[in-house]
Amino acid sequence: MCTTCGCGQGETKIDGQAVHDPEHGHEHTHADGTTHSHSHDHIHGEGHEHGHTYVPAHSHAPGVPQSRRVQIAPDSLAKKAAYARENRAFLAGRRVFALNLVSSPGSGKTTLLVKTIEALKGRKGVAVIEGDQQTSQDAERIRATGASAVQINTGKGCHLDAHMVGHAIQQLDPADKSLLMIENVGNLVCPAAFDLGEAHKVVVLSVTEGEDKPIKYPDMFRAAKLMLLNKCDLLPHLDFDVDQAIAYARRVNPDIEVLRVSAKSGEGMDEWLGWLEQNAAK
Amino acid sequence: MHEMSLAEGILELIEDAARREGFGRVRTVFLEIGRLSSVEPEAMAFCFDAVTRDSIAAGARLEIIAVPGSGICLDCGRESLLEAVYDPCEHCGAALVRVTGGTEMRVRELDVE
Repeated sequence: MCTTCGCGQGETKIDGQAVHDPEHGHEHTHADGTTHSHSHDHIHGEGHEHGHTYVPAHSHAPGVPQSRRVQIAPDSLAKKAAYARENRAFLAGRRVFALNLVSSPGSGKTTLLVKTIEALKGRKGVAVIEGDQQTSQDAERIRATGASAVQINTGKGCHLDAHMVGHAIQQLDPADKSLLMIENVGNLVCPAAFDLGEAHKVVVLSVTEGEDKPIKYPDMFRAAKLMLLNKCDLLPHLDFDVDQAIAYARRVNPDIEVLRVSAKSGEGMDEWLGWLEQNAAK
Repeated sequence: MHEMSLAEGILELIEDAARREGFGRVRTVFLEIGRLSSVEPEAMAFCFDAVTRDSIAAGARLEIIAVPGSGICLDCGRESLLEAVYDPCEHCGAALVRVTGGTEMRVRELDVE
C-alpha cells in the first residue's frame, strides 16, 4: 500500500485494471531511502493533496533533540475521510443519491439490486459500483440489466474505501439526479467503519441468517439508516423470529428503519422503491 | 483487519502534518479510540507498528486513550455510560439508548522533534 496517496499496489482493481497505474504515476525516493510511486489519476478536486515533498529531518545541535507537540484538527481522522467528503461533494453537485449496501455474503444484495434496477427502468437512472475480493460476476449481472456498473476487486481487502470508490465514480460518470448503488464487499464487520461518501448505509439481513445478527455485529446495524429483511418469501419454512430481529436491531440503533422484502417474490418491493424515492428527494 | 487500513490513514495524517509543520521524527502518537468505535486497540497497536516501519513515525510510541461510550435513554432521557451499543439504560433499564459518544477514533496530537 502506498501510504501517501492511499493506492494499494497491485491489490485493488477496478474493472480488472490496477488502481495504481504506473503510466500515470511517478517514482521518488524519500529521505529515509524508501521509494514510492504515485498515481495522479484522480477525480478529486481541491483539498486532495498531492504534495510529495518529503520534509527532511531537522538538523540539531548535538545533545537531546527538542520535542514539541503538534495538534491535529478534530475532524481529520485520516485522509480517507477527506476522500469521502470529496465523493459526497461531487455526488451532491450532480444531485446523485448514493447508498452503501452492506451485509454478510449471500444475503441477496445483487439480486435485490437487479430487481430494483428493473423496477426503476424508465423512471430513474441507476449506476452501480460492485465490490468483491475477486471476479466481475456481480458487475456483469448488473450490466445485463442495461445499467452501468463498475467492479472493484479489493484483492485481499475486506471492505471498500472512499479512495477506491472515488476512482470508480470517475469511471461511472453518473448522470444528474441518478441513483448510485454501492454494493460493498460481503462482510458484516469492516465496511461499518468506512464512509464512502454515501448518503446512507443500508444493511441487508436475509432471514436465513438468524435473528441475532444485529447484536452479534452491532457496529454495522448502528451505522445503517435502513435494514432490509430480505428473502421474506422463505419465512414459512424457517424459525426466524422477525419481531426479535427488529428488536435486536433497535437495541443497537433505536432510529433504524426496517422493511421486509423479497427480491424473489416481489414482496415489499413497492415499499423499498417508495423509501428510495422519498429519501432521494430529501 | 480493517485496523490495517485505519493505521495507514493515521500514517497519512502524520505525513501531512509533517509537511505542514516541518518536523522530521515522531516520538509519540496520542490516539483516542472510542469504546464503541469499531476499532480494536490491540489490533491497532500491532498494525500501527507494521505500517509505520520505514516511515517518519518509525519506532514512535502509540499512546491509546480510551474514550468511554455514552448514550441517552429514549425513555428517561438520562445519560448512561455504555460498554456496548446494545447496553440498556443504567438508570431505568430501558433497552433503547441512542449512542451519543465514544464511536470515534481520532489522532489527538503528536509529540515530534
